[in-house]
Amino acid sequence: MTAALRFDPIRLPEKCEQLRKEVRAFLAEEIAAGTFDPHKPNREDTDAPEFSRRVGAKGWLGMTWPKKYGGQERSFLERYVVTEEMRVANAPTRRFFVADRQSGPVLLKYAPEHIKMDILPRICRGEICFAIGMSEPNSGSDLFAAKTRATKTDGGYLINGTKIWTSSAHIADYMIAIFRTSPPTKENRRHGLTQFLVKMKQPGIKVNPIGQITGQYEFNEVVFTDHFIPDDHVLGEVDGAWKQATSELAYERSGPERFLETYYVLTELVRAVGPNPDTRSAEGIGRLVAQLHTMRRMSVSVAGMLQAGKEPVVEASIVKDIGTVWEQQLPHRVRDLAAFVEETATNRETLEHQLDFAIKTAPKLTIQGGTTEVLRGIIARGLGLR
Amino acid sequence: MAESDNIVVETAEKIFADLADPQTINNDKKNSWQAPLWQALSDAGLPLSWVPDDLGGSGASLADGFALLNAAGRFAVAVPLAETMLAGWLLAQAKIASPAGEMTVLPASPKDRITLDADGALSGRARGVPFAKAAKHFAVLAHGKDGISIALIDAAKARIEAGLNVGYDHSDTVTLDKVQPVTLKPAPKGFDQTTLMLMGGVARSLQIAGALESMLDISVRYSNERVAFEKKISKFQAVQHNLARLAGESAAALAAATSAADAIANAKAFDNEVYLEAASAKIRCAEAAEKGGGIAHQVHGAIGFTMEHILHRYSLRALAWRDDFGSESHWAVELGKLVASRGADELWPLVASR
Ligand SMILES: Cc1cc2nc3c(=O)[nH]c(=O)nc-3n(C[C@H](O)[C@H](O)[C@H](O)COP(=O)(O)OP(=O)(O)OC[C@H]3O[C@@H](n4cnc5c(N)ncnc54)[C@H](O)[C@@H]3O)c2cc1C
Repeated sequence: MTAALRFDPIRLPEKCEQLRKEVRAFLAEEIAAGTFDPHKPNREDTDAPEFSRRVGAKGWLGMTWPKKYGGQERSFLERYVVTEEMRVANAPTRRFFVADRQSGPVLLKYAPEHIKMDILPRICRGEICFAIGMSEPNSGSDLFAAKTRATKTDGGYLINGTKIWTSSAHIADYMIAIFRTSPPTKENRRHGLTQFLVKMKQPGIKVNPIGQITGQYEFNEVVFTDHFIPDDHVLGEVDGAWKQATSELAYERSGPERFLETYYVLTELVRAVGPNPDTRSAEGIGRLVAQLHTMRRMSVSVAGMLQAGKEPVVEASIVKDIGTVWEQQLPHRVRDLAAFVEETATNRETLEHQLDFAIKTAPKLTIQGGTTEVLRGIIARGLGLR
Repeated sequence: MAESDNIVVETAEKIFADLADPQTINNDKKNSWQAPLWQALSDAGLPLSWVPDDLGGSGASLADGFALLNAAGRFAVAVPLAETMLAGWLLAQAKIASPAGEMTVLPASPKDRITLDADGALSGRARGVPFAKAAKHFAVLAHGKDGISIALIDAAKARIEAGLNVGYDHSDTVTLDKVQPVTLKPAPKGFDQTTLMLMGGVARSLQIAGALESMLDISVRYSNERVAFEKKISKFQAVQHNLARLAGESAAALAAATSAADAIANAKAFDNEVYLEAASAKIRCAEAAEKGGGIAHQVHGAIGFTMEHILHRYSLRALAWRDDFGSESHWAVELGKLVASRGADELWPLVASR
């Protein structure tokens, strides 16, 4: 018996390369038109509704979903290519990304048909934005300590309590959230949570902004006071959200977004050192590229596993652990190497601005979407240690 | 072991399981295990896997040969299997038939050069040549006035200063002083010393990845047996997290190495993309050997530091294999130069080309 995890060397099929060209051409046009500046990661990009619609019009949202819901029935590998090209170009994806990656797949699996028919096509058209309501003030890593209550009432539920760190809640049209529908049992402390589809901008929901150390505003506190949710907005099994929430995380944890968030500083470093680097810079760049290449090969491999219908929970956790630790260290390694860049490098100022922002961004990378410690717990379970 | 439907790997694993049990080897101070193991591997045609039938080999595919090296790494076998395979492969590039018996390749370091004199004799020095002392023949890549040649030479004609690498395996200095080869032929177009180093580097990467797989296995097993503070140490969160990191390093090494092997097995030429794959694999696997090996020893406590325990068979070999065919710092500098010379805007297209 071997405990080792295998990441088969999946190659992207030819049609992915055609698609990649299309995405690059599209992004080049958007950049030329001034939609966004790929060298400026530190902009407020939560509100790029027109860009979202244009991405939707290209058929690049909900790509893997059934056609009857507006999807394209394309492969996870094709979706992978679109995601990584958007990331590398620093495109403003925040408005549509959560719905595309996570919320849509949850609805596909658990929502009643009329809700799927209503919402999924709008996600595909890039018209709506989703938020994820898992964390609470006293429940982050320990998801099952969530307290926000959903109390049964006529035709639905009344919600009371607070969600926190909710990315994009201030612009979101919907949130998929977990609420407590009954207390945990002695045998199973995970019991009693239910997943709901929440329509935002309704009575009983207040969104309070929370500033981040980057100087940006992306996440929020969301307070529910007797907010009503109708019965047909329950997603999946009442009291059984714990089974659902864990499989959702495989999608959240292995994609290219899990090692490309600070990638822009590496490109800029290569630009700054120029075509004839000294040995130290060359070695530094070489190592970073080798590490990046390895992670990407692992991440592509996980996309292949998803395509094959597997649930690569442990593999995805490994990619997120290694990937986020890497993207967290990257700005600091680039800073080390940038210390030796000529004062005359034409992009010096851009590099410095980028480093400033990337260094401020870095601390969150190993927290969002599940902390390093939690991921290592999942991997340890996969190794049979718990 | 690995879920393999590969007959070459199955054959090899059976031989390793029968004749290369790490504990038996570790207890055998006289190395009397070596001859029967080599004999069995030879009988099965494995050392000449990469040599076509008409040149005296068994004509396995590149892919099967790479999988075999990964399996050899899982057993950390210390016989010149990888070396003989590489030598046979090198000779086959120039359509030179392989003799029977142990072989190795030189040079084994990108820094060393063997030259071909005008009279057809070979001269030069190659350091860190694995298993030179055990080899009957050398496959040599040499630089001549008219380009690159590949030669088969009789090992008895070389001067060999014996050395040991970090893993206690032979890693010798070979000096050629006007040695007349048994056979000498020009290398095919485009084949150069870098090609040999990349191929050797990928072979070593697969071995390192295999050794890490075994280090993970034995560390997990040990943590489930060892009791401290009245608990199995596997129940301590700090130990679990160390093992999770070891699993990550092992997975990264295996992913990088198998990806590079797959790239070479399917490539038409050793182009920039293969270079990215092969150099990255050597760099990342060497880093994993350092980090992963460190964790495996930490989990084992003092017992893993003893000669009696098998852990060192894997951990020290994985560290030693970092040095062959270009260390990770060598490849990092070269890969960094390649990336820089192509320019910032070509970095992502290169990475995404794979
Ligand atoms: C930028 C950003 C965006 C986010 N967006 C969202 C969002 O949209 N929706 C949402 O629901 N959440 C969001 N989060 C919240 C995120 O999922 C949580 O921060 C995360 O799950 C950790 O929870 P916590 O912050 O409460 O930390 P805690 O759970 O209090 O953890 C604090 C520390 O203790 C460690 N720890 C806790 N339990 C254990 C344990 N059992 N073993 C070992 N160590 C442990 C943690 O690893 C961590 O290091 C976001 C966070 C960030 C930073």
